[in-house]
Amino acid sequence: MHNLASIIQSILKELFGSSPSLDLLYTFLGYLVPCLTVVTVIGMIGGILTLMERKVAGAIQNRLGPNRVGPYGSLQWIADAIKLHLKEDIIPALADKNLFRLAPYIVFVGTVLTGLVIPFGGSFIVVDLNVGLIFLIVAVSLVVIGLLMSGWASNNKWALLGGIRSAAQIVSYEIPSALALLTVILITGSFSMQKIVAEQGLFPWQWFIFYNPFTFIAFFIFGIASLAELNRVPFDFPEAESELVSGYNVEYSSMRFGFFFAAEFGNIFVTASIATAVFLGGGNIGLDPYESGIGYQLLMVLVFFAKAIPLCFVSLWVRWTLPRLRIDQMMSMCWKYLIPISFVCLTCTALWMLVFNGNGIFWRMSG
Amino acid sequence: MAELVSQEMFLNMGPHHPSTHGVLRLIVQTDGEIMRRAVPDVGYLHRGIEKIAERVTYQGFMPYTDRIDYVSAFSGNLGYALTVERLAGIEVPEKAEYLRVIAAELARMGSHFIGFGAVLLDLGAVTPFVHALRERETYNDLMEMLCGARLTHNYARIGGVSHDLPEGFKEKTLKFIDHLEYEFIDEFNNLISFNSILVKRFANVGVVSAEKAIEYTLVGPNLRGSGVQFDLRRDDPYSIYDRFDFEIPVGKGKFGTVGDCYDRYWIRIQEIRESCRIIRQALEQMPEKGEIRTKIPKVFKPPKGEIYVRTECPRGEMGFYLISDGGKSPYRLKIRTGSFSAMSILEELSQGVMVADLVAIIGSFDIVAPEIDR
Repeated sequence: MHNLASIIQSILKELFGSSPSLDLLYTFLGYLVPCLTVVTVIGMIGGILTLMERKVAGAIQNRLGPNRVGPYGSLQWIADAIKLHLKEDIIPALADKNLFRLAPYIVFVGTVLTGLVIPFGGSFIVVDLNVGLIFLIVAVSLVVIGLLMSGWASNNKWALLGGIRSAAQIVSYEIPSALALLTVILITGSFSMQKIVAEQGLFPWQWFIFYNPFTFIAFFIFGIASLAELNRVPFDFPEAESELVSGYNVEYSSMRFGFFFAAEFGNIFVTASIATAVFLGGGNIGLDPYESGIGYQLLMVLVFFAKAIPLCFVSLWVRWTLPRLRIDQMMSMCWKYLIPISFVCLTCTALWMLVFNGNGIFWRMSG
Repeated sequence: MAELVSQEMFLNMGPHHPSTHGVLRLIVQTDGEIMRRAVPDVGYLHRGIEKIAERVTYQGFMPYTDRIDYVSAFSGNLGYALTVERLAGIEVPEKAEYLRVIAAELARMGSHFIGFGAVLLDLGAVTPFVHALRERETYNDLMEMLCGARLTHNYARIGGVSHDLPEGFKEKTLKFIDHLEYEFIDEFNNLISFNSILVKRFANVGVVSAEKAIEYTLVGPNLRGSGVQFDLRRDDPYSIYDRFDFEIPVGKGKFGTVGDCYDRYWIRIQEIRESCRIIRQALEQMPEKGEIRTKIPKVFKPPKGEIYVRTECPRGEMGFYLISDGGKSPYRLKIRTGSFSAMSILEELSQGVMVADLVAIIGSFDIVAPEIDR
């Protein structure tokens, strides 16, 4: 039993018996249920993050933020979603209509796909692929196709500039972010997300961020690079409201815009989850994720979210504090600083593994 | 395979665009992200204020001067009132002069809050803008106490001002100034002015040398940003500005070259402090009691003649050229504004910069579209 799907399959087998045709159905159900759950969870978290963003922005800017719908405005995001559904869906007459319709879903699918391999703590992972982390990196970069597509299909010069900017930006920042994640892979020797989490522990000194000085740097490189991949301030060039009006999504309205929005905020949570799982120990509380009771498993989920949500908050906090860089400054930051530093981290971690026999800095100190 | 054709792209930036500060159109020619040239196309906010002046009475034109530059409405009021008074030889009571200076300096601060707030907003920093607006809110409250209006004050009258100082105004203003001088400016600088991203965006961008600034007749903070120390409040004093002690900040190339966007931004921050000083002195020196308005006849007819009066507005020199034929309304009124001259240099500055820099340059000139077109 390595994931939720196989657990559900075995439960179904116990209940209804087993036969080749039924097994096929069980497999299908076993994956369908967790997948739907992940879509819902990421959509919901994306929605809640929009509310959180507005509340955080309000607090930073001496305002109240939304406070009309529900207690303390807590239902605002639902009202927003309903409103977006009710709006007219406008497709520009000269747009490439098929691509225009398709683009928001590709962006959203890219976000949701990453949800498949996120270890939410305990056995709560849809599928524990043996190439989990690689899959994550690939799925996150699917977003760029959607953004470029939307920018091109809108037949609008601002949108086109936004699309091109996003392609240049995300493709560049993919490299430092992947290299930063690879430093951890050197330590675990596995791409499996559950394995990466299992190698860490409950206490901070067992996390990979404090494994050696280079993983510590790698964590921050990943943080900066993922801010850029998320298209958020100080790297929000594809949208750059004051320069490109609204960038790639300028022609979008109604729920198609909503999908871009949900994907953007879903992605904040996804990258926070990756950072949590890879560098901050994920939902590991020192117990075996599969053998322990359901109570402990839920505790692991709680621990996971307790680490991921503050990271989401950091992303919001940065957005409401900093101005935007210029596009050439952003590029030179990536190619001149982040990529060389992340290569150094990768190489030095490899050397560290060789010299200290695979022991972390705290492992060494404690003997 | 067909050969790839690459050509420069024409973009219409505006008339509705988030960073054109009103309704302004720029025809932008870009090569990818690099700007070849940007030609401003003004006139979208032309309301014919100068023509209106020829059809209304001298007193009746006062509310229209609010609308020349609505971000600092009182500056227009003051300039127009001074013009008519000098033409007709009207003496203004002592207390009214002080009230005018206080209102004008408050207006300068209120305008600069929007000025540097909006340019930061253009650079993607939303929070500093909201913090600046919070202070402008207090300015609005103060002006509301003073004259009942929050945006278009219509406070000056020919021969004085409309209302005397209300109760509690002095204390509230002093508190506001203290807050600005000792809390807000330092806090704001720590939050954003010294932020390295902002410095990177502003320093060495849109450099205007002193000669060029004079050639293009840049005025006000834009001129001083290029290192030219020229301020009408000191060099050609009007009203009672010669009684106050204040400094004129000039651009020194704090983080880059003299005359770059950062200098123009930094000038505005410093001018807030100087305005605070002037208001503090004015509140101290102001007589407790006194007339606030010289009586002028209901049917007011200044003598035949012409006059040009210029005042130092937040966006630089605003000049009123008034020709009177002895009638009830001006024969001709020409208004010269600071934003218009800032527009003329845009085409030269925009060559070879990035699209994002153009936004920073427009913002750093603190352009208000209605002031360009009148």
